[in-house]
Amino acid sequence: MVNNTVKKIVNGDVMTAAKLIRDIDDQVPETREILKALHGYTGKAYIIGVTGAPGVGKSTIVDQMVRDLRLNGKTVGVLAVDPTSPFSGGAILGDRIRMQRHSLDKEVFIRSLATRGQFGGLTQSTLSAIDVLDAMGKEYIIVETVGVGQGEVDIARCVHTTVIVVVPGLGDHVQAIKAGIFEVGDIFVVNKADRPEAERAVTYLRSMIDLAKKEFKNEGWEPSIIMAEALNNKGIIELLNEIEKHRRSKKVGDILVAGKRDSARIQLTEMIKRRLIEETLNRITGSPEFEKYLDCIMERTKDPYTACDELLSAMVFGLSLDPCSAPNRTSNHPDEKD
Amino acid sequence: MGDRRRIKVLISVIGLDGHFTGAEIVSRYLMDAGMEVVYLGIYQTPEMIVSAAIQESVDVIGISSHASNYDQIGMLLDLMKQNGLNDIPVICGGTIPRQHAETLLKRGVSKIFPPQSSSESIVNYITSIVKR
Repeated sequence: MVNNTVKKIVNGDVMTAAKLIRDIDDQVPETREILKALHGYTGKAYIIGVTGAPGVGKSTIVDQMVRDLRLNGKTVGVLAVDPTSPFSGGAILGDRIRMQRHSLDKEVFIRSLATRGQFGGLTQSTLSAIDVLDAMGKEYIIVETVGVGQGEVDIARCVHTTVIVVVPGLGDHVQAIKAGIFEVGDIFVVNKADRPEAERAVTYLRSMIDLAKKEFKNEGWEPSIIMAEALNNKGIIELLNEIEKHRRSKKVGDILVAGKRDSARIQLTEMIKRRLIEETLNRITGSPEFEKYLDCIMERTKDPYTACDELLSAMVFGLSLDPCSAPNRTSNHPDEKD
Repeated sequence: MGDRRRIKVLISVIGLDGHFTGAEIVSRYLMDAGMEVVYLGIYQTPEMIVSAAIQESVDVIGISSHASNYDQIGMLLDLMKQNGLNDIPVICGGTIPRQHAETLLKRGVSKIFPPQSSSESIVNYITSIVKR
């Protein structure tokens, strides 16, 4: 069963790959065995991350990139990640709408994914989905994520080239010097460059890059800035050329050789973290002691900090547990001061 | 871990129909009900919808129709059969006259929601037909 699925995916069977990604997303335990078997077929694709705030034109840029890559005969996989609603758990995945002209091209596989409550641009299932597309033999995999908060940082660690899309008029140089976005971009695209202030946006970015010139020199790549009008297919060839240039740079060379260990470390750490948290958390919150602690905290006979310490010492580190026994009732409660 | 299944629905407008409001409002209802909606927008051919349904691995396809292009819905059903997507139910909504609705149901559309259908009725129907 596993072998059959793996064979089909390695042969590029779209239906099988699509169903597997669905199962991965739904965290069906059986997928683990398939992913184990697929791992040997991965590591060949070139992975490009495209990130930026909502509405800056990421999907349109990706659509045009796919077009040009296809004109050059390359096979492409696209993973378009959209946020899950924190209220309902549902999502509207609307990136595909910009890329539907490629839907009949058999060498292009486009898949929408929801973040499903994980913060950051990339989720474990996104990483696994990258592996599936990689094993299918896609030469380029483009991962599109909404860059909010610290999400962009995640994407930078798992892809070879990170493209950050900005538009004119979103903020001044203070926005650009904030941590996070700026440090992870390999290539910046100022999209909608026909708008006023596009030149100024470029200047801001340029001055920020200049500040860190020395570090970039050590890394072997200085971020470049491209002005684009994705809707009119302007700047896309330049972007792809720049990606190729970056691909041949020392920085990516380092990533491809030494950095493989880093990405392996991140992937393994994330996997362990998720299983640890899931299994331990369920065990603790499902225990009768946990409920007792809740009672004690409600009655103010125990503070949540001590409760946390004690629960962890007992249920993770194996010490004895007695919920409301040693009350830290040397109380700091304001009412009891006198 | 088995309870992580989320219902995934593809919503599209078909053919030269440019009425997107209904499709977008229904997409929003479904999102609010905790479903994941792949929204394709307008001017989609049956081939494009089938290809997206395969790549996205959806549970249900919803077609919004306000421009008497019922033949295209029929073509979509045929194409789905050819591509082995028989197990994905197709539901329709919009201004579909009664006699056309009957024809479509006979051809294999699983349910048609006429104007004034409640959001609950759509959500409940989709929840009930998705095999867990």
